[in-house]
Amino acid sequence: MAKHILAALVENRPGVLARVANLFRRRSFNIDSLSVGRTQRDEMSRMTIVMESDSAEADRLVKNLYKLVDVVHVDHLHSQPSVVREMALVKVRASSENRREVIQLCDIFRARIIDVSAESLVVEITGEEEKLENFTELVRPFGIVEMVRTGMIALGRGGHTLKDEGFKPNRSRAAARRNVL
Amino acid sequence: MSDDTATDRASEEAGTGTDAVVLTGAEIVCECLLREGVDIVFGYPGGAILPTYDALTKYPQLHHVLTRHEQGASHMADGYARATGKVGVAMATSGPGATNLVTGIATAMMDSSPIVCITGQVPTGAIGSDAFQETDVTGITLPITKHNYLVTSIEELPEVMREAFHIARTGRPGPVLVDIPKDVQIQEAEFVYPTEPIELPGYSPPRAARARQVDGALELIRKSKRPIILAGHGISMAGANRELAQLAEKAQIPIALTLLGKGAISEHHPLCLGMMGMHGGAEVNHAIQEADLLIALGMRFDDRVTGNLATYARDSRKIHVDIDPSEINKNVTVDVGIVGDLGEVLRQLLERVERRPNEAWFDRIAEWRADSELREIVRPADAPQHPAVPEGKLLGAQVIRDLFEFTGGEAITVTDVGQHQMWEAQYYHHERPHSLITSGGLGTMGFGLPAAIGAKMSRPDQEVWAIVGDGGFQMTMMELATAVQEQVNVHIAIINNGFLGMVRQWQEFFYEERYNQTPMVNPDFCKLAEAYGIPTVRVTERGQIEEAVNASRAQTAGPTLIDFVVEKEEIVFPMVPAGADLDDMIRRPTPAEFERQQQERAAAAEVVPEAETAESEAPAATAALGSRFGV
Repeated sequence: MAKHILAALVENRPGVLARVANLFRRRSFNIDSLSVGRTQRDEMSRMTIVMESDSAEADRLVKNLYKLVDVVHVDHLHSQPSVVREMALVKVRASSENRREVIQLCDIFRARIIDVSAESLVVEITGEEEKLENFTELVRPFGIVEMVRTGMIALGRGGHTLKDEGFKPNRSRAAARRNVL
Repeated sequence: MSDDTATDRASEEAGTGTDAVVLTGAEIVCECLLREGVDIVFGYPGGAILPTYDALTKYPQLHHVLTRHEQGASHMADGYARATGKVGVAMATSGPGATNLVTGIATAMMDSSPIVCITGQVPTGAIGSDAFQETDVTGITLPITKHNYLVTSIEELPEVMREAFHIARTGRPGPVLVDIPKDVQIQEAEFVYPTEPIELPGYSPPRAARARQVDGALELIRKSKRPIILAGHGISMAGANRELAQLAEKAQIPIALTLLGKGAISEHHPLCLGMMGMHGGAEVNHAIQEADLLIALGMRFDDRVTGNLATYARDSRKIHVDIDPSEINKNVTVDVGIVGDLGEVLRQLLERVERRPNEAWFDRIAEWRADSELREIVRPADAPQHPAVPEGKLLGAQVIRDLFEFTGGEAITVTDVGQHQMWEAQYYHHERPHSLITSGGLGTMGFGLPAAIGAKMSRPDQEVWAIVGDGGFQMTMMELATAVQEQVNVHIAIINNGFLGMVRQWQEFFYEERYNQTPMVNPDFCKLAEAYGIPTVRVTERGQIEEAVNASRAQTAGPTLIDFVVEKEEIVFPMVPAGADLDDMIRRPTPAEFERQQQERAAAAEVVPEAETAESEAPAATAALGSRFGV
């Protein structure tokens, strides 16, 4: 068992997220996180899928993703040098007595404080998963009121890119492409 | 045809890029169907699809077949597709019309059958409002279609229709659903049928294999001493039948067939062993278990053909060729996985495969086969009969064997699901591809009659028999009316044992003969068919089969029906219990074993004071198997 990071380029069509999500459910793939967003091209979105599994299982997921007509390309980022980031927003309980301590922790982690109230701080922190875990463990004693994480996103380093050459958007379908996510 | 149909207008002007004709969405659907070579649409009208039904009146070249249930429409489209390889088309309205298609869509998905289903949908503005007869059919069919579409504007309609047919028929074929809201059917737009090649960036079916994989396969074949080819549905779908025979002949490798692989090669070919799996030949299963090389071609190692995966062909290396990459290493881990079109890949292999002798291997298989023949109960009427055959009883297996003989093995047979389906697989030997149509993957009861109607309409030149059980027949027997209305010359053979026979067999083996909910009180099927004006015969003895079959065959218009009243508690042998090792089969006893069992039973009965307890004391499940009728 290891952590596998897959990046998928998908056509920006209605229902594509449902198709991918349905595949996970239908074939019992256990997904740690899934994040989706637009790319530099209007007609494509990019998904980053993280799963804890053996490599045979990850291979199966790649093959099944390819069976979806809307999936243009899938890469197994695990097998190549890549940069991986995740962002979290953490609302930490911080009164006037311990606010200084929380701010110090934020400085160490290069986290930014983006909202302050009498009772709490909202902290924005970006990094690899481990860094986020460490930070939340350290602020937990102060009290985490609520938090949200984006799930991992990743890009191959240097020349590693997901192939999208040869992709020509359909003219008549472009009109039908809306905000599908 | 009138001179001013929309077709004529469109075909004159469409595709030229100038002065494109203005059509409604409904007319565009019809235009696209024509351009995809569709001649028959199976369907059922309703509110949300009415504009398209109205447009159909302007397209007499599109023959619409009114089914009696939308499930019938999807099975007919499937049967139509399987008989020719052409895409079958089913049409239904929104809501319940669309949901009734679902069983047929799932059936087509499991057996990779190319169909396109067109459903009406409530108007775009009403989608999501729980409008009358609204259902999320693209959501419902997401996991059981190869792809599906909800058309949200008339501009995308021609392209969607074209993609739907392309996706359905290419690569690993499968069902595609196109859901069209009523307002899109009514809107008007300039119709230009795209002529440039379809480019779907996320869809490119593979063709030839990589050279390295071919080398690996050839090396394994060269080293093998006990090779066996496992031929599946993919052979006939790829049209690779000739290449399969050539490969087997050149390298002298025996061939085992999956249920849907029947027809991949003539079953009279000396290298063809017959069907493998749960009810496959014992010699075939033994050969697979003892093989040192499996060459799996266009099959998917379904649990019904592998039995217990942990002990499946343990001493063999494995080559797997399939057009669907996700099938490689799915159930069985293989040494060489080749993704490609079977015709291309087999030609690549054929070029370089070496002739090799396998005499010792064939001798071994012949020994197993001789043992199987001892246990055979279906024998020529004048030959010595197996003692297990009860006097004066008609056996379902015999009916199929005789039907095979009296139709010269030339018919397209379409089965339902259950015991009769397995007897068909065992006793009707097919020569040609696409001549057995059966629901293998999903095992859909009710498939037989409608699929046979579709098959006959697709191949009107061919004799078509629907072989069905009394259970499955009653699931879709309303389609008798469709067969009559369309005057479809399909011959229906009901193997009527008054039981859900296969379920009863499982209850006998594994549930201590508690026949819960398997006996059926049936209507008089002859009277029922006669109410539809269908000529019928009832057969209760083996001697009547020939005449009944000939009488049916003599009818060349409209359906016919034969009610074969057979032995109630017949068993399909051999049987690999679910999850058991493939060579751990429940067998019918040999004549000698049967006589010995009978003597032991008689002796046991004498020492038990009350005669009635003798039967109930017979041990349940496997120990008792064959001690009863043993048929």
